[in-house]
Amino acid sequence: MIATNKMLSIKNLKAEIEGKKILNGINLEVKAGEVHAIMGPNGAGKSTLSAVLAGRADYDVTEGSVTLDGKDLLDMSAEDRAREGVFLAFQYPIEIPGVSTTNFLKTAVNEKRKYQGLEPMEATDFLKLMRQKMEFVEMDKSLTSRSLNEGFSGGEKKRNEIFQMAMLEPKLSILDETDSGLDIDALRLVSEGVNKLRSKDNAYIVITHYQRLLDYIVPDFVHVLYKGRIVKSGDASLAKELELKGYDWIKAEVEASM
Amino acid sequence: MSENQEVDIIDEVISQDYKYGFSTDIEMETAPMGLSEEIVRYISAKKNEPEWLLEWRLKAYRYWLTLKEPTWQNFSYPKVNYQDIIFYAAPKQKITLDSLDQVDPELLKTFEKLGISLTEQKRLTGVAVDAVFDSVSIATTFKDQLKEKGVIFCAISEAVHEHPELVKKYLGSVVPTTDNYYAALNSAVFSDGSFVYIPKGVRCPMELSTYFRINAENTGQFERTLIIADDNSYVSYLEGCTAPMRDENQLHAAVVELITHDHAEIKYSTVQNWYPGDKEGKGGIYNFVTKRGICEGVHSKISWTQVETGSAITWKYPSCILKGDHSTGEFFSVAVTNNHQLADTGTKMVHIGKHTKSRIVSKGISAGKSHNSYRGLVKVNKKAEKSRNHTQCDSMLIGDRSGAHTFPYIEVNNNTSQVEHEASTSKIGEDQLFYCNQRGIGTEEAIGLIVNGFCKEVLNQLPMEFAVEAQKLLAVSLEGSVG
Repeated sequence: MIATNKMLSIKNLKAEIEGKKILNGINLEVKAGEVHAIMGPNGAGKSTLSAVLAGRADYDVTEGSVTLDGKDLLDMSAEDRAREGVFLAFQYPIEIPGVSTTNFLKTAVNEKRKYQGLEPMEATDFLKLMRQKMEFVEMDKSLTSRSLNEGFSGGEKKRNEIFQMAMLEPKLSILDETDSGLDIDALRLVSEGVNKLRSKDNAYIVITHYQRLLDYIVPDFVHVLYKGRIVKSGDASLAKELELKGYDWIKAEVEASM
Repeated sequence: MSENQEVDIIDEVISQDYKYGFSTDIEMETAPMGLSEEIVRYISAKKNEPEWLLEWRLKAYRYWLTLKEPTWQNFSYPKVNYQDIIFYAAPKQKITLDSLDQVDPELLKTFEKLGISLTEQKRLTGVAVDAVFDSVSIATTFKDQLKEKGVIFCAISEAVHEHPELVKKYLGSVVPTTDNYYAALNSAVFSDGSFVYIPKGVRCPMELSTYFRINAENTGQFERTLIIADDNSYVSYLEGCTAPMRDENQLHAAVVELITHDHAEIKYSTVQNWYPGDKEGKGGIYNFVTKRGICEGVHSKISWTQVETGSAITWKYPSCILKGDHSTGEFFSVAVTNNHQLADTGTKMVHIGKHTKSRIVSKGISAGKSHNSYRGLVKVNKKAEKSRNHTQCDSMLIGDRSGAHTFPYIEVNNNTSQVEHEASTSKIGEDQLFYCNQRGIGTEEAIGLIVNGFCKEVLNQLPMEFAVEAQKLLAVSLEGSVG
């Protein structure tokens, strides 16, 4: 493979659901160590992009390519993408009654290890890792023995997502509106968790409506998604501009050029 | 996910092989096919039974002749022709019950293959096993150790000779020969099964377990289990069962009777994995069983736990008659149906004594084209003052071609008692599966995880040694049932 620090490469990605075109040719390159924010008005296709990258089967990809470290991502099942290092922090984390976070993560970690040809982790090593990561992201210990996300508050659910991210050590993390439904304290805690996990070896795509989250997780690039296309890119200051002026001026720009 | 994709996945995943489907090639002694008074006499003679028991059988048989097969269940099935069944089949060799060395090695191998070791050195520690092969008990382990405590654990055919006073006193005392069609049939032709007696004040030092294996072709299995816990005693008992894959449906009509005296407790667990038939619904066991316990004494307790994954049709209601004041009945059930399996199962809690308590937790999981029904009765008699019941009845659907049904009956005849019923139905959602997939957990694994989570409350009731096995069994039974 040619040496390159491109981690994720999205080329002319088009996708639809039940015949409705949502993504209309996305181009995006993400390098290791970078944080890319994707912003945009409702219905722009932000959540569709995260679902398509993670491999949700409801969407049909009609054109384009996505590679992760040179491997064709679109050709892989959702679980294989995860095992290759794609992590999606869900906007609405799912509850699984009767399954503890510990048990869930043990299964996830060992499935990934199996994929990599490794033996399952020893129970004691696993619990040690859990403790470490829990402290690292300041996760409340009692949450791990409770059923996964069941009866968790909005903030607890989101922190549990970040904790899972810490445990699975993904290459590419996609945060899908992680700030939605969080009060300011929870937002800070979640962001601190993400910032601690940032390194030169991993990358983040942060999907959000609001600039607020980007005060905490400062992006290297900001992209505006509109009508299934990235219509504007810039640095962190673009987010600030959007916060002030809203999306209408961008919409107007796009309509004028069409 | 589009509908086509969904169907593909379902078809792909509903393709799990039954791993206990082998049969053992061994010389058998069988009764002539069919049922008649002669056959009843033949079985009784084979067992060298006393006159009173033969009379008991014949009375049951004559009564059975007057009955019609019941038809109120929530499924239909081809009529069983009782003249096409062999009612007694036993390995030909003479069995000396005291020495395993003399047991046919083929038989020992069969049980080894099933994960049940009867040989001294490999025995599961802490569990005494009675192994029943077709119509006879092959061996009972740890007998001597149990004897020291005064615990009797042996084949019921042996108990008839060794402890006739106990058998005579209790046999049919909870499930009378006239109770129902299959109980009458069982009383007439029962071949073997386990007998347990725990004397006063004894806590049975180990788990007791019976392993039932149907092997012979065209045979029915009609075992009878009788467990008596005398005052202040405790026993935990587990039964397991498997059968070879055969194209014909085979009938299994067992009767289990439990009796607890003052302050005694019986915990009865079942892991039922009879052959369920193939993917098209051909073959499999008809599991028509009568199980009932009576809390005879005050403050006594009977707890049923069942994990039902096998059988083409399961039709059973392990029940408790709460006669002693302050007695407790419990029923914890997981019933899994896949492909064309049918299950109509639940419990009856009959409150007679004052301050009696019962608890029902039922988890039904239906996949494939199967149907799973919960049917339960909670009856509180007039004199059963201040009694309580709590019922929780949850169903889970996998795919969109299966069915879950609930038939709860509640009858309360006084106004000091309290009865609660909770029910829920859920579907393993694509959202849950995708969430698991996104964490690197494949769909099969994810279903296992979700289903085990759903059943956790019940699985927690199983003795440790079997809980893990039951968990695996659940995952295996549902492999490929994604929707």
